Amino acid sequence: MADAISAPNPSGGFWHRLANPARFQRLSAALMPWLVAATVGLFAAGLYYGLYASPIDYQQKDTVRIMYVHVPAAWLAMASYSTLAIAGFVLLVWRHPLADVAGAAAAPIGAGFTFMALVTGAVWGQPTWGTWWVWDARLTSVLILFFLFLGYIAIRNAFDERERAAKAAAILALVGAVNLPVIKFSVEWWNTLHQPASISRIGAPAIHPDMLRPLLLMAGAYLCLFAVLLLLRMRLELARRSVEALQLARAGAAQP
Amino acid sequence: MTAPAFVIEDLACRRGGRVLFQGVELELAPGGAALVVGRNGAGKSSLLRVVAGLIPPLAGRVLWRGVDTRRTPESYREAMRYVGHADGLQTALTVAENLAYWARLSGAPDDPDALDRALAAVGLAELAALPARLLSAGQRRRLALARPIASRADDGGVWLLDEPTVALDRPSIALIEAAIAEFRADGGIVLASTNAPLTLPGAVRLDVSEFQLATAG
Amino acid sequence: MRGFTATLRRDLLIARREGGEALLAVIFFVLGTVLFPLGVGPEAKLLAAVAAGLIWVMALLASLLALDRLFQADWRDGALELMALAPEPLTLVVAAKCLAHWLVTGLPMALAAPLMALLLNLPAAGWPTLIAALLLGGPALSLIGAVCAALIVGARRGGVLMTLLALPLYIPTLIFGAGAVQAAIGGYDASGHLALMAATTLASAALCPWAAAAALRQAME
Repeated sequence: MADAISAPNPSGGFWHRLANPARFQRLSAALMPWLVAATVGLFAAGLYYGLYASPIDYQQKDTVRIMYVHVPAAWLAMASYSTLAIAGFVLLVWRHPLADVAGAAAAPIGAGFTFMALVTGAVWGQPTWGTWWVWDARLTSVLILFFLFLGYIAIRNAFDERERAAKAAAILALVGAVNLPVIKFSVEWWNTLHQPASISRIGAPAIHPDMLRPLLLMAGAYLCLFAVLLLLRMRLELARRSVEALQLARAGAAQP
Repeated sequence: MTAPAFVIEDLACRRGGRVLFQGVELELAPGGAALVVGRNGAGKSSLLRVVAGLIPPLAGRVLWRGVDTRRTPESYREAMRYVGHADGLQTALTVAENLAYWARLSGAPDDPDALDRALAAVGLAELAALPARLLSAGQRRRLALARPIASRADDGGVWLLDEPTVALDRPSIALIEAAIAEFRADGGIVLASTNAPLTLPGAVRLDVSEFQLATAG
Repeated sequence: MRGFTATLRRDLLIARREGGEALLAVIFFVLGTVLFPLGVGPEAKLLAAVAAGLIWVMALLASLLALDRLFQADWRDGALELMALAPEPLTLVVAAKCLAHWLVTGLPMALAAPLMALLLNLPAAGWPTLIAALLLGGPALSLIGAVCAALIVGARRGGVLMTLLALPLYIPTLIFGAGAVQAAIGGYDASGHLALMAATTLASAALCPWAAAAALRQAME
């Protein structure tokens, strides 16, 4: 029966052998318990240090603790978009069959992290600045990143033909990745133009080493969470495509 | 000089998750022709599009004068003319303006006589100044076919014609067949897909259905 | 290069023959700008404060209007395939189409800008910079928009989707352009902004036709 996902490259190295869906499912299933354990562990450690065992900021007191939730979320939002861009590059240059699956899986996760960064940023801003939203450089950049994710998801859904959707999304991710530094630069430029005096980043305190530990722990936790969610969604997507392939084969065989 | 000018090697194509055909082989010398047949949906159009270079092949390659057309497409594109299902007409321009643009884009030297001759060859000479939107379906098809005629190189070339005679009446078909014959006499190579009547003397018959995977029982 | 000039002439000829379409972007530009005093009140100082940004936002939106037509008609007629198969690199053909698009929409908008400035009470100090910025930045809008138009060619609801894709990418142009005008009004030197604007346009001219051509080829596969 024709393998409708794709024939792995016969001369393939490690990555192409991984492209076999069944092998990927086995590997990811084996990896999953470790990743989940790491996620839980890192969250526990990070939250402990972040919410209890780290110093409070002189000005912001306890509200600075939101930083431990907000900043890693913003980092992961960027990392997720990088995943989209890398997946797009791999799809276009090497036509690796899993690249498209990875991109489709990562996009909503990235949008989720971005949204969380925005919400926690707002929650952080409220007690500090007295308002739920402030147009500072980082929050604005994260907001624009959110729209880039929405655009990626939208273009995926705009085409009936999956291959076309995958390639268009891949190019968009690369275009966005190239533009992202330019956008961030221009937003910071804009910010300095309009807020010359005040702090341009929401309460960016000098990072004390005791603050660095929970920050990195939480970042690690988010990264593992991202990996868990990504693998889960990829497995789901591959299973869905297998079902589709079976249906397609049945329809093809039934033709007179 | 016996090396065939145009070679299709082991060509395979996949569309929408299905392998349409594989192992297609063809060799044509200057003046040769091939008639691509097969039932609807078999992959005739896809074959021509892969040969033209619009779709990357799943496997295999197309060689023009010994050169892989995907690796170095430049010389191929100068010699190859493709007429697909769509006519490629810009409705706001006149018949002559449409033809002139395509001729220029194909790299043909600016030669109003060549354009006039091409229009005459397909029977559209009197309509040269007409806006293209006023043409009938048959006239549009003929204008599309005038494109390769207008930008003919002197040392042959390849014409890829996808269902060229759709919507044409018998006299028009005869005109097209005459133009094709003249092209072949000058060393041109023609691949045409068709289910309608089209006479290509001495053409190789390429049935796409013969190159498909056996369907699973 | 013959293909470049041939495509440029062809697109300009089509725009002239089809007439109304090109004018629509400019009309939208003017009409949309007129809405703001109606919305926020005609107080002169208020309008003057927001004029630079408003005019630029309207320029972005008006640019988008004409963009999905850039490739759509040629896609539908099968002309795009022929352009991809021509000996002339598709990148150059796309560049020619972008230039034609700017000449037909961006350039008239830059020329209409003084009218906008008048309606919104933009201080006189900002007028030359406004025109210069629109002239410098307009091509960037056409170029970046072309990439987005190429990505969604043939998609359903392409027009709205293209807006979502293009607007985030337009933000640097908006910031540099509006910033230039505001600097000029404030009496500061706008040349830094204009230089950044010019750099954006040059980078777009170098990269966007190639990216759009790649997107078009993917669409035809």
